[in-house]
Amino acid sequence: MVADPVPLQLAAELFPNGISRYAVGGLLVGLGTVLIYVGTGIPAGASTFLESTLSYVSDQSRFQQYVASRDWRLVFTAGIILGAFAFAATVQSGVVSSSLYEPGSTGQLYEVAGVTLWTTDVQPWRLFFGGILVGIGTRIGKGCTSGHGVCGVGSASKTSLAGVATFLTVAIGTAQVVAALGVSP
Amino acid sequence: MADRHPLFKPLVFVGGLVFGFGLGFSHMARPEVVLNFLQFDDLGLPFVMFGAAIVSGIAFALLPRIRDAAPLTGDPYERRLKPFDRNVLVGGAVFGVGWGLSGICPGAAYASLGTGNITILWALAGMFLGAYVQGYWRSQSTDNEPAFAGAD
Repeated sequence: MVADPVPLQLAAELFPNGISRYAVGGLLVGLGTVLIYVGTGIPAGASTFLESTLSYVSDQSRFQQYVASRDWRLVFTAGIILGAFAFAATVQSGVVSSSLYEPGSTGQLYEVAGVTLWTTDVQPWRLFFGGILVGIGTRIGKGCTSGHGVCGVGSASKTSLAGVATFLTVAIGTAQVVAALGVSP
Repeated sequence: MADRHPLFKPLVFVGGLVFGFGLGFSHMARPEVVLNFLQFDDLGLPFVMFGAAIVSGIAFALLPRIRDAAPLTGDPYERRLKPFDRNVLVGGAVFGVGWGLSGICPGAAYASLGTGNITILWALAGMFLGAYVQGYWRSQSTDNEPAFAGAD
């Protein structure tokens, strides 16, 4: 039996889905951020939307401070949802195929009107309680994976680097403990 | 700011489209794939986050040398650094527990909905609830830190 050279074996173990879908996706996420920054000077993050949208229904001062940006943040989020739908209608549905895209085998695919949609197998209680902590933590911590992780790291902000190091480390520890407790998926 | 350029929102929308397509393509909109990274089963995620950070970092570094202000807002191209304090670590840790439990973060949750993931509404409901609870609590506390209205 002829084995792959060790580096290839190792790469296949660490990156079972390759790296191209991640790298291409990351370039696009960066490109979306750059488009908005070039035109507006705003390094847009995703989690402020949670508070700015609450300002439509709550008079609390924490939310009202975002009144000036709440409309465009709604537009940004609508764009994200529709952009992901465009991905589903093209690449995920197999209408557009690319050697850079590895479809993988997570979750469940289902079809509606010729579009291949996807849904998660991760249990709702994990999503809900995890979501609550994400909502609290991103807002107290001044940013999420896009505001700190993409914009903040991109501008070499020490605050954002500290934020990213914190949430990455804690998330890895949490996911490992949850998996060790036998929770899956 | 009612006098914003008429192309302001269309540009934000197009940027969101590209951003969301990228989250779909990279599978970050799938909690399973994020959890696989956090459990060291598939180390692809840093290529997304740092790939995106490098692309935006180049723009953040170059644009101030090319022109002074953004065409649609007149805002200067400047680094908007968020002040560091204990909240960055405390909030980051709480976010980390939530991200590690659920495998989903805000932008990826919006994108996940777009790929057809109705189940992700549980996470979105949780995020709004969490954001509301902290906002309510911090609005009440009188010795509030100075309001910070940054980009994220």
